[in-house]
Amino acid sequence: MSERSPSTAYSSSAHLRLRLLKDRMARLGVAAGGIGVIIAILLIFLYLLYVVAPLGETPEMHQAGSYALPGDAPVLYLAMEEQAEIGAVFYRDGLVRFLSTSDGSPVREIRLPLPAGASVVSFSAARPASGIVALGLSNGQALVVRHHYEVSFPDDKRVITPAIDYPLGDTPVGVMPDDSPLTRVAIQEEEGVFTLAGWSDGKLLALVRAEPQESLLDDEAGFEFTRSSGYTDLDDIVRLLLDPVQQNFYVISRSGELAWFDITDISRVHLKQQLRLTPPGVQVVDAALLAGGNSIMVASDDGSVSQWFSVRDEHNARHMQKIRTFAHEGKLRQLVPEASRKEFVLAADDGRVAIFHTTADHLVLEQRIAEKGLRAVAVAPRSDALWALDDGGFLHFWRVHNEYPEVSWSALWSKVWYEGYDKPAYIWQSSSASNDFEPKLSLTPLTFGTLKAAFYAMLFAIPLSILGAIFTAYFMAPKMRQVVKPTIEIMEALPTVILGFLAGLWLAPLVENYLPGIFAIFMLLPLTTLLAAWLWSRAPAGLRRVVPDGWEAALLVPVVIATVWLALAVSPALEYWLFDGDMPHWLDSRLGIGFDQRNSLVVGLAMGFAVIPTIFSIAEDAIFSVPRHLSNGSLALGATTWQTLVRVVLLTASPGIFSGIMMGVGRAVGETMIVLMATGNTPVMDMSIFQGMRTLSANIAVEMPEAEVGSTHYRVLFLAALVLFVFTFLFNTGAELVRQRLRRKYSSL
Amino acid sequence: MVNDRNGWFRSGTPWIWLNAAAVSTSLIMVTGLLALIAVKGLGHFWPASVWEFQYRGSDGTVQQLLGEVQDSEEVSAARMRDAGEALPEDAPEVVERYLLKTGNRDLSGLDFRWIVEPAISERRRPRDAVVLERMEWGNFYGFLERLLEDGKVVAEGEGAWPELQSRLKRVRELRRRIRHLEKTEIGGVNYRLERLRLERRRLELEGEDTPAALAKIENRRKQLQAQFAGLQKELEAQYRDIRRDSMIMSVMGGRQLSLPLQQVVRAYRPNDMNLLQKTGFYFSKLWEFVSEEPREANTEGGIFPAIFGTVMMVLLMSVLVTPFGVVAAVYLREYARQGPLTRLIRIAVNNLAGVPSIVYGVFGLGFFVYFLGGNIDRLFFPESLPAPTFGTPGLMWASLTLALLTVPVVIVATEEGLARIPRSIREGSLALGATKAETLWRTVLPMASPAMMTGLILAIARAAGEVAPLMLVGVVKLAPTLPVDGNPPFIHLDRKFMHLGFHIYDVGFQSPNVEAARPLVYATALLLVLVIVILNLAAIAIRNRLRERYRALEQ
Repeated sequence: MSERSPSTAYSSSAHLRLRLLKDRMARLGVAAGGIGVIIAILLIFLYLLYVVAPLGETPEMHQAGSYALPGDAPVLYLAMEEQAEIGAVFYRDGLVRFLSTSDGSPVREIRLPLPAGASVVSFSAARPASGIVALGLSNGQALVVRHHYEVSFPDDKRVITPAIDYPLGDTPVGVMPDDSPLTRVAIQEEEGVFTLAGWSDGKLLALVRAEPQESLLDDEAGFEFTRSSGYTDLDDIVRLLLDPVQQNFYVISRSGELAWFDITDISRVHLKQQLRLTPPGVQVVDAALLAGGNSIMVASDDGSVSQWFSVRDEHNARHMQKIRTFAHEGKLRQLVPEASRKEFVLAADDGRVAIFHTTADHLVLEQRIAEKGLRAVAVAPRSDALWALDDGGFLHFWRVHNEYPEVSWSALWSKVWYEGYDKPAYIWQSSSASNDFEPKLSLTPLTFGTLKAAFYAMLFAIPLSILGAIFTAYFMAPKMRQVVKPTIEIMEALPTVILGFLAGLWLAPLVENYLPGIFAIFMLLPLTTLLAAWLWSRAPAGLRRVVPDGWEAALLVPVVIATVWLALAVSPALEYWLFDGDMPHWLDSRLGIGFDQRNSLVVGLAMGFAVIPTIFSIAEDAIFSVPRHLSNGSLALGATTWQTLVRVVLLTASPGIFSGIMMGVGRAVGETMIVLMATGNTPVMDMSIFQGMRTLSANIAVEMPEAEVGSTHYRVLFLAALVLFVFTFLFNTGAELVRQRLRRKYSSL
Repeated sequence: MVNDRNGWFRSGTPWIWLNAAAVSTSLIMVTGLLALIAVKGLGHFWPASVWEFQYRGSDGTVQQLLGEVQDSEEVSAARMRDAGEALPEDAPEVVERYLLKTGNRDLSGLDFRWIVEPAISERRRPRDAVVLERMEWGNFYGFLERLLEDGKVVAEGEGAWPELQSRLKRVRELRRRIRHLEKTEIGGVNYRLERLRLERRRLELEGEDTPAALAKIENRRKQLQAQFAGLQKELEAQYRDIRRDSMIMSVMGGRQLSLPLQQVVRAYRPNDMNLLQKTGFYFSKLWEFVSEEPREANTEGGIFPAIFGTVMMVLLMSVLVTPFGVVAAVYLREYARQGPLTRLIRIAVNNLAGVPSIVYGVFGLGFFVYFLGGNIDRLFFPESLPAPTFGTPGLMWASLTLALLTVPVVIVATEEGLARIPRSIREGSLALGATKAETLWRTVLPMASPAMMTGLILAIARAAGEVAPLMLVGVVKLAPTLPVDGNPPFIHLDRKFMHLGFHIYDVGFQSPNVEAARPLVYATALLLVLVIVILNLAAIAIRNRLRERYRALEQ
């Protein structure tokens, strides 16, 4: 053993330890970094899911207060203000009490100025945002009242002060001409114009319209009243309904009859339609107009609720039609529509409430909120709270978490019958200028457009790329292959924004102007190729020796160019002889096929161009790496090269070719810029090659920047992205697995 | 003979030829596309001749038209008549028509019009026809009459032309100075004023707004405002100077009008230029295109901000993507236990390269911009809320999103490079006593560096051409300021930026005057294609060299 100085031994072991430490640090660092990157990538999927998830959440509600109703007079109506902090209770004796909804503590009390000797016999509320209600009196008059809430911020604290005023003056308006009691009343207001409707047991219907008088001198100009009345053969009316634009007046009787009047001009009221809403023997319990005032919701005593709105028939006349029904167990008592969404709340006599969404066609939420039957229910203007009075005189305040009721499987993927449409349809229309607008979020037309674009792209790309791959891998001279492969790879790298730009601004007008020529190219190209091939086989041997086998593609370049030139050159003549000189016009007028300049043909060509290299390079690899001894064996047995190719090589390489096509579909489905620029981006469901489409990806690109964060629209766009992600991921994984299996098979051969 | 033909068919030769035709078609499409972009993009800068036409309009009157022929096509007469064009009775079935750029948008409201060949009765190329490129309203075509200084005639007739050129030089110089004053000097003062406002707000939020601190801020604000007033005065003087000269031009039909020189970017007489002059003109236009800022809603001028934005974004992305991609690849190949899980991860990473780019854009907008950015704003920039700093699309988020988009490319390429390094090299190093980290750092990674380069280049090529995700996370059609300037902190990652690809989309499809903008879009496309093709060719070349090198090693 040789002597070593302790100091060197110490230093070298310290050095070694340092090195080992470094090694361990590197291992940890790399592992952490690597796993971090992989997690970051997975995060994409998780985050998309995280944003989409609330759409699928089950809505829920929880109790936030329960207390006895102060006072013992019967209650007419409950309402809440915007924040659902303060509620208003209207009593039959003319008292209005404002309470804190959470604990029932009194905030303010106002007694309405009812005329002496008259009592309240009926009640109606106009559209919720106006805060206007009418109290029908026993003397045939109605008192119009507005409850409103001022919000102020003294000391940075929100204070809500309720108030009452009388938009038509604090003396009641006479409605019934014969002063008979106002058994039923209805009110509606918009932009200062009021309409009141009344019915008395004497079968008399009366209408009053109050329009602001135009006066330059006086700010507080009065109202000009127009009145009309008439008798109806309906008796036992349940509800009178007026729509917000005050053009339609619906009278609904307990036996299920509906009379629909046009009241655009009060002096010329006429009946538009009268029909039964319920089967014989079934009685109407309650009826209301859905937010926006286009649909009538009718609750009947068999526990079902039906939705009705007017639909245009083939003679362009509107008539009421039953759109859908909702079934509910238990005896219904009241139907309350929400303020801004197409939702309604049902209150039953066992203390349960059920919230339904009409267009999404589903029960959103059901909950027993009281032990006893419910007498009155109010929905907060933001639909985030319910306030109900039960038979035992207790008020119940519930918070509701129900933010995305309009999304359901059927709303996203099935045909939906929207208000104002003549039949159920797939519609994507996420925004509009009007306020009453209901977003129509069907992903079906977008998915259809995506698949349509991919279909036409593949129609163009598959033949070209697969045939090209076969020739390049199996027949082409190696020298030429060295040039062709990188060229095609460059093709893959071309930014799609450039392809889209050329497709939209260069190709689309070209296709429109040379439409017959474009179709002629597809038909002529195989023919001229075969002709050239045959001529070449007849050519003198000396000439044929100049171009060796494997260079056919180079030889065909001038042939293809000449064919394209010929087809385009004869195009105007063809158009003149066959299509009256204007083929798009001819298609439209003779065949009824609409022609868009930016259509599927253009998209198919441009996106096909983008997809060709993807399919080409994978298919070419698969064919090229088929082991040589397989084809050599076949050739040795006397098969021709073509037979060998079809029966041996292609058969072996078919999984690879298939995987290439799958990758191509994946790319075509997700492509954004080309479809954005080369189509009109209208979400139509039409397979025509001369029409455009809107794809999922283009839709995201167009609408995402404007979508409000956290809104249903925003989340549905994320859902579209998630659908794209999952779809392409599955397709690519499938293709990759096929390819790996193929590689193993080759290596075992 | 019949037998022979059957044989020819049966041998499958025709099908082979059909396959060959598919290759030819693909090749023609690629080269044709590149040629189309090149011709259309490069042709635009060549000074085209200005023609004067005697043209019989649809109402029978004869008009004189002056302009450049931009395009010509053959259209069937039926279609023209459908479109409401009155053609002469004796016109052939297929007529040729020209797209004439007549300019003078301020006078006629239109830049372009189609004219049909049969209605042209006379044509010539007047040598003294002048083309003016203007700051606004597009090109002007006409004839120079007189030159005025402060309203007094200084030159007339033939002598006016050289005088105009020398005065234009002066205007250009003044314009450059005004731009410097406005953008750099006044912009800088404004930027500092804004920072002071934020500083003050921050002090208020933190409760440190002592009178002393406020007074200090107020003092600095006063100084800056004084500086601002001085600059403003200087600017006004420059504006007075630049407005001094004007010229009288006559247009077709004999009308004369006065144009201030301030409006004119460039004046030339294309019909009077020889080949050399035209070439010089061509290159000066080309230079303007890559070095100037856009004018007139991006339809004129240059694309410098877009080039700059693209380069900045790609650079930032490279800085982010290279380390992460390489670390992930090294982990997957060298450290992770090879098994079904690693295989699964590898497939997943591979496939992420095929996930639509718009999905990354959605993720970037939701996660980076709204979630990360929103939180950064709340934590670090509360003083400027509710105006977002990082909680809005910008350069940083765009680069991060694209880094995420391209990280699979780098991982795959690096892994491939690592896999190609023979085991013997690693084993040799380990046998000599090196630790694993040392082996990696000293031998494996240097050998794999060309593969990493390939990956990085491919990533850059993909990132440079990607537009869809950027539309969500940070590009704008017109950014008022570059992301890099002379105001601290010099690199503004929160700013929005312009991008070549988005420029193409925006100018080609969202511009009010697509026809006028089209040549510029082609030129932009050409630039983008060139960059990407060169990057890809470089990657292919590196890959090929790499293969050669390892082939030698393996033997």
